[in-house]
Amino acid sequence: MKAHLPAALSAALILSACGAGAPTTAPAAYPPGTVLTVFAAASLTGAFGDIGKSFESAHPGIKVQFSFAGSQALRTQIEQGAAADIFASANAAEMDTLVAGKLVVSESVKIFLTNQLVVVMPAKNPAGLATLADLAGPRLKVVLAAKEVPVGNYAAQSLGKLDASLGAGFRDRVLANVVSYENDVKQVVVKVQLGEADAGIVYASDAVAAPDLKKIEIPVDSNVLARYPLAPLTQSKNPELARSFVASVLSAEGQAILQRWGFSPIR
Amino acid sequence: MPPPNSDGPRKANADRPAEWLFAAPGMLLVGLLALPLLALVLRAAGRDFFSVALSESALSALRLSLVTSLTSVMISLLIGTPLGYAMARRRYPGRAALELLVDLPVVLPPSVAGLALLIAFGRQGLFGGFLATFGISLPFTTAAVIIAQTFVSAPLYVRSVRIAFAGVDSQLEEAARSEGASQWQVFTRVMLPLCRSAILSGAILAWTRALGEFGATILFAGNLEGVSQTMPLAIYLGFERNLDVAVALSIVLIAVSLVLLGVMRKLNRDHES
Repeated sequence: MKAHLPAALSAALILSACGAGAPTTAPAAYPPGTVLTVFAAASLTGAFGDIGKSFESAHPGIKVQFSFAGSQALRTQIEQGAAADIFASANAAEMDTLVAGKLVVSESVKIFLTNQLVVVMPAKNPAGLATLADLAGPRLKVVLAAKEVPVGNYAAQSLGKLDASLGAGFRDRVLANVVSYENDVKQVVVKVQLGEADAGIVYASDAVAAPDLKKIEIPVDSNVLARYPLAPLTQSKNPELARSFVASVLSAEGQAILQRWGFSPIR
Repeated sequence: MPPPNSDGPRKANADRPAEWLFAAPGMLLVGLLALPLLALVLRAAGRDFFSVALSESALSALRLSLVTSLTSVMISLLIGTPLGYAMARRRYPGRAALELLVDLPVVLPPSVAGLALLIAFGRQGLFGGFLATFGISLPFTTAAVIIAQTFVSAPLYVRSVRIAFAGVDSQLEEAARSEGASQWQVFTRVMLPLCRSAILSGAILAWTRALGEFGATILFAGNLEGVSQTMPLAIYLGFERNLDVAVALSIVLIAVSLVLLGVMRKLNRDHES
């Protein structure tokens, strides 16, 4: 919401400054104070912060402003008129909804990374968890993201797959241990970091971003491959700039930053 | 205060523009307050309002909201009333500091309240180890919801009764005392009846605040249907899943709040007349 005013102001500045066809690449075309607003999945918080800094230094005068939250929350805000230039989602569903609503052009959607799930525990591991099967143990406090949140949906899928290897009823016993369904993945991480929960299911990238957490890997055949799509929004007042931000995420440098934050690059 | 004399002798037309001077900007604010509510009602109308509002998860959230908010009001009544009385009647050092402390949660952002509660009473919080020796773990429980609601709503109640108790002429108490009444009798037979309407309206004010609590709850108690997912939390999540669900729940919550505010107005009127 805070984004509205600066975005509107910068839009007005752009319109007055370069009404006659902006050049395609020259960063100098953007007056100082131009703001590019990026709505990105909460799991991207650290990585996109770095990409934003590198984009700003490559485009002097431009400020990249982020809003990080659960992809489902960002999608809703965009539908309700939030002024964003770019949307980076943790799943295809939220992006598809925006495509269907003509807020995103289908051809402009690019998958820019993949991510996987991992189980995390507090550094002290108060429940003494060692294997995935331990998640179904009694009197455990497990925190997941709500099923509306991409990572919550992925976690439910993965638990379902684990039923096959760990015995039917595993998923239900784990779900019976769930004490809270959080609104985005970072809330899950925080509840585990604070030691309030014994375990949570988050992205592998979150475990990299929070190295103090202990973790249990989920085998590939029971894991899910989360594919993150990214696209400029049709409403963007700076479409050229939005496209060049997408390009910078897909560039070798952008992909290297993502990899450093624990994501799997797509190239 | 004398009642507004609306039927009084009308001044000349010269005063009319002055009236508009107040009415016009006032209407802007009235519009700001009324239009969003109107939009909610219009959005709900013609859709499947009742099937959503009466769905299992909506009723579960409403039930939880009513149980937790009523419990927190009971706590306010039981321990807030004596506190309000003590604050109104006793001379003690640090009185201003105590009043500030009790008023602070009213203006504090609920997220700060939730964080503070978690850091204090969480499993790894300041008193978490102490609570654990009794086998108590508060976060993610209905008790945590009630504590969060009490933290933000009790101060409203205490403030209301403190002011009412302070307004009672202390000669009344002295008279009762001189006729042999004990401190407890003075409190129950004199103070409570005299302040009945402030107690009730303070309680209703605290109740509506508890009913609307969101930020402290989601941080301290988490979000689980039937345990900690109160109406405001269900609305927040419903907003992201299905706007119609959020709208229907919002209208139920507005209706409940309106009824409570109406009762409070009536109490205040009865007291004045």
